[in-house]
Amino acid sequence: MKRFNAIKAIVQKAEDKDSLLICNIGYPSRELHDLKDRSANFYMLGSMGLSSSIGLGVALSVPDRHVIAIDGDGSVLMNMGSLATIAHQHPENYLLIIIDNGAYGSTGDQLTATALGTDLAIVAKGAGIDEVHNTFSEEEFREKLKNVDRGVIVVHVDAGNSKVPVIHLTPEKIIERFMSECARPSMSS
Amino acid sequence: MDASVAVFNGIKMTGVDFVVSVPCINLKEIFPMIDDDPTMIHIPVTREEEGVGICAGAYMGGRIPAMLMQNSGLGNSINALASLNNLFHIPLLLIMSHRGCEGETICAQYPMGQMTPSLLDTLDIPYVVPTIDTVEDAIHYAWRIAIEKKRPVAVLLEIGFWEAE
Repeated sequence: MKRFNAIKAIVQKAEDKDSLLICNIGYPSRELHDLKDRSANFYMLGSMGLSSSIGLGVALSVPDRHVIAIDGDGSVLMNMGSLATIAHQHPENYLLIIIDNGAYGSTGDQLTATALGTDLAIVAKGAGIDEVHNTFSEEEFREKLKNVDRGVIVVHVDAGNSKVPVIHLTPEKIIERFMSECARPSMSS
Repeated sequence: MDASVAVFNGIKMTGVDFVVSVPCINLKEIFPMIDDDPTMIHIPVTREEEGVGICAGAYMGGRIPAMLMQNSGLGNSINALASLNNLFHIPLLLIMSHRGCEGETICAQYPMGQMTPSLLDTLDIPYVVPTIDTVEDAIHYAWRIAIEKKRPVAVLLEIGFWEAE
C-alpha cells in the first residue's frame, strides 16, 4: 500500500465526519493537497514532529468538531512525548493516524527506527493510549477507519512519494482558512 | 502580594484559558491555582516544543494560550517558535522562569540563563521583565503585543522577582 492511498482513505473519512485535518510536513501535506484541498486542512510547513501536538491542541479547544492528525513515523519518533500527553488527555474527538513507511520520505528515504525494530503501536499503547490499532493492508486500514474515531491508528505503507506539486498556498492563507473552519459548527450528523 | 498569586492574577486577568506547562520550582505554586480554576484547561506536557505545538492548535481553535516554562526550555522549542509561530503568525504567551541570572546557585543554569535574552532577540520575540508590582499589567500587555504582532511574547520572571516578596 502506498501512503497516497492511505491519505485518500483518510480524506474520505474527514469529508464524512466534517473533520478538521492537520497534516505532517513535506510530501504527506503535498499528497493531501493534491488529493483534496479543503479549508479544514492545516498543512504544516515546518516544525517537524508537531502534527500530533497541534492536533491535540485543536481537539481540546474545539470539542464539538472531529479532529484528525496525520503524522509520520519519523515525526512521531521526534516527539514521542506527545503520545504520553495524548494518553492523559484522551479527547473523544481526536484521532491520530500514524503513517509508518519506515523512512524519512521527504529527505531521501533514510531508514527510521521503525525499520529497525521500533513498533509505534506498542509505544503508543505503552504511553497509555487506550485505543490503538495497528494495520498492515489497505483493506484493514479502511475497515478500521470506518469504526474508529479516537485514539491512534498506525498504518504501515511502503516508502516512496507520489509525484505531486508543492503547495502554493501562503502560510497566512492556510491558517486563515483553517481558523474559519475551527470557528464554525460541525456539519456532521 | 505573593509573587505566584500576582502571576496567576495576570494570567487570569488577561483571559488565558489554555495553559501548557513544563515545571520549574519557581512556578510550583501557580500550577495548583490553574488546576483549581474552572475557566482554564491545564495540560502538563513532556517538552516545551510539544507545548508550542499544542498551544498553536489551541490558538487556532479560539483559545488564549500560555506556556509556563523554565528558560532552559526555550532551547527545546526554538524550531517550533520559528517555523510554526513566526511562519504562520501565531501568538503565544510565554511565562518563563528565568534561571541562570543574578542570584542563581546552580552552575548548570548559567549557560542558557545568560543566553536567554539574546535568543529571544534573535527570534524576534519581545519580552518584558516585570516586578511583583508590575507583573499583572506586564502579562496583560505582553498578550496585547502578541495579538498585535501575531507572534510569541515572553514574560521573564527572574530570580529576583521571586525573592522580592
